[in-house]
Amino acid sequence: MAQSVAHKGKHSADHDHGHHDPNELKILGFWFFLISDVILFSVLFATYIVLRQNTAGGPTAEELFEMPGVIAETFILLTSSFTSGLAVLAMNRNQKKQLIGWLIVTALLGAAFIGLEVSEFVNMVNEGATFTTSAFLSAFFTLVGTHGLHVSLGLAWMIGLMIQLGKRGITETTKGKVTVISLYWHFLDVIWIFLLTIVYLMGVM
Amino acid sequence: MLDSIKDFASWFFVTGDPLIYGADVSIVLASAAIIGVLTYFKKWTWLWKNWLTTVDHKKIGIMYILAALLMLFRGGVDALMMRTQIALPDIKFLHPEHYNQVFTTHGTVMILFMAMPLMFGLFNIIVPLQIGARDVAFPFLNALSFWLFFMGAMLFNLSFVIGGSPDAGWTSYPPLAGLMHNPGVGENFYIWGIQISGIGSLATGINFLVTLIKMRAPGMTLMKMPMFSWSVFATCIIIVLAFPILTVTLALLFLDRFGGAHFFTLDLGGNPMMYINLFWMWGHPEVYIVILPAFGIFSEVVATFSRKRLFGYKSMVFAMLVISVLSFFTWLHHFFTMGSGADINAFFAITTMLIAIPTGVKIFNWLFTMYQGRIRFELPMMWTIAFIPCFVVGGMTGVLLSVAPADFQFHNSYFLIAHFHQVLIGGVVFGYFAGLYYWWPKMFGFKLDHTLGKWAFWFWNIGFYVCFMPQYSLGLMGMTRRISEYSWDTGWAPLNFISTIGAFLMGIAFILQVAQIVKSVFKHKKVSNDPWDARTLEWTTASPAPEYNFAVIPRVRAVDDWWETKERRAKGIADDPQPELEPIHMPKNSAIPIIMSVCWFVAGFGFVFGWWWFYVPGLIGVALCMIARSFSYDTDYYIPVDEIKRTEAAIRGSV
Repeated sequence: MAQSVAHKGKHSADHDHGHHDPNELKILGFWFFLISDVILFSVLFATYIVLRQNTAGGPTAEELFEMPGVIAETFILLTSSFTSGLAVLAMNRNQKKQLIGWLIVTALLGAAFIGLEVSEFVNMVNEGATFTTSAFLSAFFTLVGTHGLHVSLGLAWMIGLMIQLGKRGITETTKGKVTVISLYWHFLDVIWIFLLTIVYLMGVM
Repeated sequence: MLDSIKDFASWFFVTGDPLIYGADVSIVLASAAIIGVLTYFKKWTWLWKNWLTTVDHKKIGIMYILAALLMLFRGGVDALMMRTQIALPDIKFLHPEHYNQVFTTHGTVMILFMAMPLMFGLFNIIVPLQIGARDVAFPFLNALSFWLFFMGAMLFNLSFVIGGSPDAGWTSYPPLAGLMHNPGVGENFYIWGIQISGIGSLATGINFLVTLIKMRAPGMTLMKMPMFSWSVFATCIIIVLAFPILTVTLALLFLDRFGGAHFFTLDLGGNPMMYINLFWMWGHPEVYIVILPAFGIFSEVVATFSRKRLFGYKSMVFAMLVISVLSFFTWLHHFFTMGSGADINAFFAITTMLIAIPTGVKIFNWLFTMYQGRIRFELPMMWTIAFIPCFVVGGMTGVLLSVAPADFQFHNSYFLIAHFHQVLIGGVVFGYFAGLYYWWPKMFGFKLDHTLGKWAFWFWNIGFYVCFMPQYSLGLMGMTRRISEYSWDTGWAPLNFISTIGAFLMGIAFILQVAQIVKSVFKHKKVSNDPWDARTLEWTTASPAPEYNFAVIPRVRAVDDWWETKERRAKGIADDPQPELEPIHMPKNSAIPIIMSVCWFVAGFGFVFGWWWFYVPGLIGVALCMIARSFSYDTDYYIPVDEIKRTEAAIRGSV
């Protein structure tokens, strides 16, 4: 332990009681969680790909998808990924206000993304394309909705984290939490790129 | 008013079967007895503080094992009821619907609520001790995993007396498991029982991966890690990659049933075969999840009781990792008859056969470890020796099944039933028994009674062969699984009758094991740290280990480090000087895991019946628990040096 602490040189000695840097453990654990989440999305993607032609006489992807909204969602989410990166940079410079500020920007962008997605869903339902219309639509709403649910949970988590940062400032513990949520946020961005390609672009092609 | 209550009760509670009324009475009596005893002896606070809110991996492990043994009893009773019904033609013991429920719960309970928790129990107790760590990476998450498993299992078992049991087989294939053919709540119990405990399993997989990667004692490089820990590592890789598939599959099935989706329905474009593919993409890796730790246990036991270093350490590691990868490429062999075409069937037939190669390597390694060893026939070693021929035969019949054209004959016959019981009992159950006997002294500080253990061993083994060997023949004679009746002119009666006798012999064996545990609890000799003269780090600390496991974290030089240390001591070489004691950092107990799991139980129960006034509060409770955890910063404490000294002195005094 002593060697590894000296080797990394960034953690204080009070961690050296034959145990381990909790942030290091948490971040590795979170990577494994992300791997399992990749599998979760892979299964949903596979299901979507298998079922996407099964429209059962209902509306098809080409008829339903409206690309301008989707493109807007894409840029909003990509920008929010960038701002969450800025938040981490602010944290590394120990600037609490900037950190919280960038997190607020990120959360607002995330909320805008969710708003657009919900309105897209509402429009589709109003056109008669509901969750129960066909296997294609069941798979579509489940896949895109699961991503949306992830983003929404991330938002709630981010708000909780901002309160904790406000109360406790930048400590080892809150640093770990910010790092983990930024990993999560980038991960959702990557998933969205696949959604955009496989669901939307291939849908209207 | 009274009528509507009666009406509700008549479908809410399972009625009309004397067996179930008997179960109702015994559940009420058992619960009353437990509550009565706890209240009479004023043990509620003790139970809450020491067990229900604990984050100590050793106590969590013991709770896992207790729950698993209870579930083994439940699954075993299911098995005996089935064997009774089909012992001879025309036995009117179970109605066909009831028979369907019994084989469904037998399979589900045995795999998910018996094998998995027994495995997690052994992980918990042994892995941190074996790698010289003070706990797992995330002790809080570990407690949460246990309670999620426990509440999931309870929810599943509740279906027995409330609402009705699932009856579409443990694989729960749609369209049979879909709303169209299965409108009752039984399948919902199946989905939510497994879903809730499955989240716990996934968390355990992540937890132990991080533990094994980050928390090994200084000097213990990966290639010096004990073989059981390696097997846990390989298993956890499979868990992390496979369990999300199950989560999604069950979620989609539930969306079909609850939300009117069309993933696996017969109408509006649904595709039931998609479910079957997804189920086995989890299901096949799952059988390797449960067998690999058994391989790890055999490796530890065979080295200890042959007094030899494990033969072919590197090839063992390599074989396990190859198995964990290959396990993801064989799922289609569960349904060669689906009609995927010769090319696809050929691919999966070959990958299935390939798995026999690393498994064969392991068998030879165990045999070579025993070769020229001085073997001691203690209980763990007896189970290991019994395992080898049994598993070899079970594996061989698996290779027969993997031949795709032949499988069209074997598919879903009793030949298959005999095969997978032979690898699951002969491999997994024998392995976990070996592990339980081997590590029992480490858990409780005494060995289990040898004589009763030998009786149980022989009843299990003879019962096993008497029960399952006839089933291979029955399969070839055309008997298919899941039938509850057959006629005399099939000619299946004699073999079925023999098979039932074997099943009851195993039932007697289980009772003997319970007697063995009870007798040993009341009459035993305390044992030392290292009662088996074993080889790895868990035997260097006290039996049972203190809450911090090691007063000083050990430094590791070699594979089988403890054995090497003993050899050095025998040569008169002094141990390295021990460093000074330091305060030990420990996690605090927490009530959140059990409360959150109860909330999941409430939510799951609400989803089963479609009652929003249950699932909305349940989910809110879950969310509140997560927030409470996120906002609590006071989660750990230090054990002062004085207290460690006192504990260590007490341990030395008692042995």
